[in-house]
Parts: sequence; C-alpha cells; structure tokens
Amino acid sequence: MKYIDEFRNSAVAKKLIEQINGTVKPEINYRLMEFCGGHTHAIHRYALSQLLPKNIKLIHGPGCPVCVLPIPRIDQAIWLASQENVILCSYADMLRVPGDHQDSLIKAKSRGADVRIIYSVGDALKIAQNNPEKIIVFFAIGFETTTPPTAHALLEAKRLGLTNFKVFCNHVLTPVAMAAILHTDEVEIDGFIGPSHVSIVIGSDAYKKVSDDYQKPIVIAGFEPLDVLQSILYLIELINNKKVTIINQYSRAVSTAGNTNAQQMIAEVLEIRDEFSWRGLGAIPHSGLKIKAAYQDYDAEVYFNIPLFNSDDVKACECPQILRGLKEPRECKLFGKACTPEHPMGACMVSSEGACAASYQYTV
Amino acid sequence: MKLNFKENIDLTIGAGGRAMYQLLNQLILKEFDNEFLAQQSDQAILPEIKGRLAFSTDSYVVSPLFFNGGDIGSIAINGTVNDLAVSGAKPLYISVGFIIEEGFPLSDLRTVVQSMAKAAREANVLIVTGDTKVVEKGKGDGLFINTSGVGVINDAIKIVANFKVGDKIIINGSIADHGMAIMSRRQGLDFASDIASDCAALNGLIAEVVALNPAIRCMRDPTRGGLSATINEWASFYKLGIDLKEDQILVHENVKGICELLGLDPLHVANEGKVLIMCAAEDAERIVAKMREHPLGKEASIIAEVQSISESYVTMTTAFGGIRRVDWLSGEQLPRIC
Repeated sequence: MKYIDEFRNSAVAKKLIEQINGTVKPEINYRLMEFCGGHTHAIHRYALSQLLPKNIKLIHGPGCPVCVLPIPRIDQAIWLASQENVILCSYADMLRVPGDHQDSLIKAKSRGADVRIIYSVGDALKIAQNNPEKIIVFFAIGFETTTPPTAHALLEAKRLGLTNFKVFCNHVLTPVAMAAILHTDEVEIDGFIGPSHVSIVIGSDAYKKVSDDYQKPIVIAGFEPLDVLQSILYLIELINNKKVTIINQYSRAVSTAGNTNAQQMIAEVLEIRDEFSWRGLGAIPHSGLKIKAAYQDYDAEVYFNIPLFNSDDVKACECPQILRGLKEPRECKLFGKACTPEHPMGACMVSSEGACAASYQYTV
Repeated sequence: MKLNFKENIDLTIGAGGRAMYQLLNQLILKEFDNEFLAQQSDQAILPEIKGRLAFSTDSYVVSPLFFNGGDIGSIAINGTVNDLAVSGAKPLYISVGFIIEEGFPLSDLRTVVQSMAKAAREANVLIVTGDTKVVEKGKGDGLFINTSGVGVINDAIKIVANFKVGDKIIINGSIADHGMAIMSRRQGLDFASDIASDCAALNGLIAEVVALNPAIRCMRDPTRGGLSATINEWASFYKLGIDLKEDQILVHENVKGICELLGLDPLHVANEGKVLIMCAAEDAERIVAKMREHPLGKEASIIAEVQSISESYVTMTTAFGGIRRVDWLSGEQLPRIC
C-alpha cells in the first residue's frame, strides 16, 4: 500500500540494521527512551529489539494516553456516565481501563449507563444534535495529537449553540512530561525517540527547551518500523559524537513550527492547568489543559459537581514504575498472571500502546 | 390474500394464524422449495444416511444485515455449511430459525430469504425445516437467524490429528475481508470502501482437496477472532508450537488501508470464506496447487509451520526476520460480525 509498504520494506530494514551494527561502539551502552506508545507498539510488533545490538536498550516511556490517566479521573468518568440523562462518549481504549475496585466504563455500561464508543469527537457532536434532551459528555483524553479535535468540537458546539454538549477535559502535554522524567534522575536516558503525531501538532522546536535543559538528543520519529530504525541510527550517531540536538526524521509530516492552525484553535479554547496528576509520574505542574472560562458552558467539570476520588493503584501493580521506565513489564509480579489484556489490573495492560500489553501480545 | 411486500412484519405474523400461513406459503416455502419442507410438518423426515454424521448449529446476529458481498442470509447458510465441511463432511440438510423484530420490512425479509435460497442452491444443501418467531419492537434488532445443519462423512476420509514437526498450514486466500466489509458499513463509520466480504460456501473447494487423499491433520474456518484465534486454538488444544510467516499472509490493499486507519490487526479480523488446513509437509504443495484451480482458492498459500508438538505457542516470523508472539484477540474489537 502506498506510503505504508515503503516504510515497512524488509530489504531497507536489513540495511538499516547493518548500519546500526556498524555504528554502535561496544564500549557505550545506548539507553534510548521511546516516549510514545505508538513506537512501543511498532518495536514489539516488528520484533525490532531482537534485531538490534545488545548494547542498545529501549526504554518504554509514558506516551500512552490511556496509561497515564490516573485512576481518580477514570472514577470520575464512570461517575459521569452513571448520571441520569447522560450519554458518555469515549474512545474505545478507555472503556476497559480499570478504575477503583476494578470498576470500568464497560462495567458501568453493562449496569445500564449509556456509554458510546466513538472514533471521532465529531460523532459525539452528532449524538448531541440528535439527542437534545440528553447531556452528552465527551471523555477527552490524550496528548497534543487528540487535543485539536477536542478544541475544534468546542468551537463547533459554540457555533451550533449545542448547550447539551460537555467535555471532560484530560488533555496532557508531552514536553512537560519528558522534562518530568528527566528531572527525577531515577532512570538514565541517553536520548529520546521523539513523538511523531504529537510533533505534527506542536512542531520539532517544541522540544528545544527540554533538550537544552537536560542535554539530551531527540530524534522525532515516524511510527513505521523503518522510521524507528532510522531514528535509532541517528541517535547512535549523535550519542557517539556527544552532540545534543533535535533531528526531525519524520520530516514528511513534522515541521519546526508544527500545525499553527491547530495551535491557535487550542489556544482559543483551552489553557494550561496549574497542575495535573499523571499515573506513575504523580502531580506535574503545568502539564495538563483545561477549558477556558469563556467556554465553561461546555466544561463537564463546571456543569457537574463531580466528586473527587482518591483511589489508588492496585498495590502490586508496577504501572507507575513501568511508565517511568524503571521496570520492564515482565518484572511485575502480576504480569501475565493476575494481569492480562482480558483482565487488566493496570492501565499499561489495557491499551495496545501500553508497554505491558505490547510486551504480552508480541514478545516471545 | 397476497402478501404486500411494502408492509412491515407485525405481531400477527408470529402468532401462528393466517398471517403466518401466508408468509410461509408465499415467501419461505416458495423460495426454499423442496420435497422435505413441502411436508409442512413440525419436523422433516429425511431418508436414511449411511456414514458418520456431522451436526452443527450457529446463530447469526450480524449488524448491518446487508453489506458488500453478502447479507445475514448468505452468512447463515454458508457459515453452517462451512462448519460442517471443515470436518470433511458433505453438508446435506439445514434448518432455519428466524427471530424477527416487529416492524421489520417484509421486503427486507424477502431479500434475506432469497439470498438464503440462492446460497443453499450454490452449496447444494436443502433447507428442510424451520421456525419463525416475531418479538415486540425494541426486543430484537431487526432480524436474527439460527441455522443448524447435518452432513455425512465419507468413510474414506481420514482427518487424523497425528501432528509432526514440519506440518504446514494452508489458507485459501486473503484474510480480514469480511470483518472490514462489515466495519466499513457500520453506522458512525462513514467511509466509502469497495471491500467485499469473502462470504462463501467452502464445501466444493474442501471436497476437491479431500479427494486428493492427503494427510490432513485438521481443518477449520477462521471466522470470529480471525486467523490468530484459530491458530491459537489449535496451538493450545493440540499443544503445538506454530510459526506464521508474515510475508506469506495476504491482506488486500483496501483491507490493509482501513485496518491501518482504525488501528486493527488483520490477524484478528473475521473471515467468512476461508479455510485453514493443517497437513503433512509433503502434501502441502499439491493441496495449494489444487486449491489454486478453484475460484475460491486462487490465492491459496502456505502460511505457517508446526515447530513443536510438545510446547504450545504461536509466533510469527516478521517480514524483517524478527520473531514475535501472536496472541489471541483481547477485548471486543468488532462485535456482531456474523
């Protein structure tokens, strides 16, 4: 298929692997974090780790939006879905994420809550138009990739005068999270395989601060396997030469400034929160987005009096350590036993982009 | 009184009175026409059958009812025919149970019944007994169909689960067509596509393969859960280690495109006209050659090999030469696919 097969060509892959083998220095350990779940998934699906030299260690980062949402926010979504007269619209991945006591949106649905799986927030708007007597709550999650559609939906709702459309906003910011990981010194990272879709929106310049502050090279990489291999090669060259810079491997989609239209749309309706809690990373200042006061009519957190929950992760669940790159999925006692994709105990096992699910599904 | 096909099904049709009689006579008996059904009893009395019997049942709840390449009627016949055929049986007789929601258009029912009649003719089976129930509006979703079937297994046919390392697994063509044909017609997913379901009766193709008298270990049609589900079932039930070859598994371009868009793995997506045959290594090539002569087997290929007969696992050699695990589908990627 055009624009897909070219980036999965096995002959090119072999060449890239040969180049990587020829470039690595045996005395260096290359600890590379792929921030995004999309990369984690590609690495496992194409079994790339097996093909790389032993001294390249890929550390799976927290870039899986489903995985980083803390349990209390899931509980709040379940609470919203359970309110009288509410239709909660959600991307499919969120439905099975366990909240407190292993409750989930899919369980709420089986109890009678009206939870709808949508592929696009545009569908939630349509549902709002077709059900004027109901309150439609869109469970907005994700990094900068999914933020523009949410912003657009808010603008559309206002334009259409859709008073029954509300957004439960959980959008989070990538560069801030990267800085938070580096700030702790817990995990040693020599370079980042940088986000692809996120970077289309925010542009490669958006990582300049984190790269400079922490002196780490970043290669913005596409999600296809050849993109990942080429980006690893670039990182190795940068590390060998002790160069700290940002390379844009995904130049077919990412520009330095990003999608400025999308950025303007976001700036119109959303603003940075003082603080947002991340699963695994804890509370990070200025890491999440909320709806601006001018659009508060569409803000589920304003419209509903949503209770605060302070539920915790399942005790033995190592999601927090895995999301910080401190542990491998298979080092968790629950992995593959109590925690499987059918019965996930932690969020990393739910989404196909989660490190645990990818490892469970694909690793021999 | 003649049935007016512009009307909808109402509760009187399901009540067993005159309206039901009209429906039976003017639509169902007429379309499914055969001597056993014509007896109009509560049962079909069938001639003596010599040989072992294969017996199967399946309920069909596919949504939407009509899609490119088929409808609930053709699936309901072909699905049961295939379930019988993969045992090596020659499918003979089918029963049909309709559960219809009040308000369902009679013209749609006619389309479905005609499609079933056509599928039965093509698969060379007779629909010999049936039942129709109507449920109140809101208690069903248009139309559900159950079919059961009986087939006979020729004594000469030997399918023996006598596995050996090196055994091959063959498929008669591309994967994931049916699931993506359904997905692309789902409400809320407004994209146009030309993907057609692969829905087809496989008994003709399988009969030709079986006639070669090869050493077949097992056969199965990989429907819900896709290729990965059947291979995983075999691996865990028979304790086999199976390795799939990614570059031998055919996924059509249009199917691949929508799978990419929706983030689905074609390995997990349903098929309705595919058969997997595990056979002795030395018989694999001639089975593939035979299949390729048949319209439903033109793209047949060997897609996997048995690597272990003591340890249960499923892996895939990727196009890059890496080896990854192939897991079952988890969760409910595509509900009501058949």
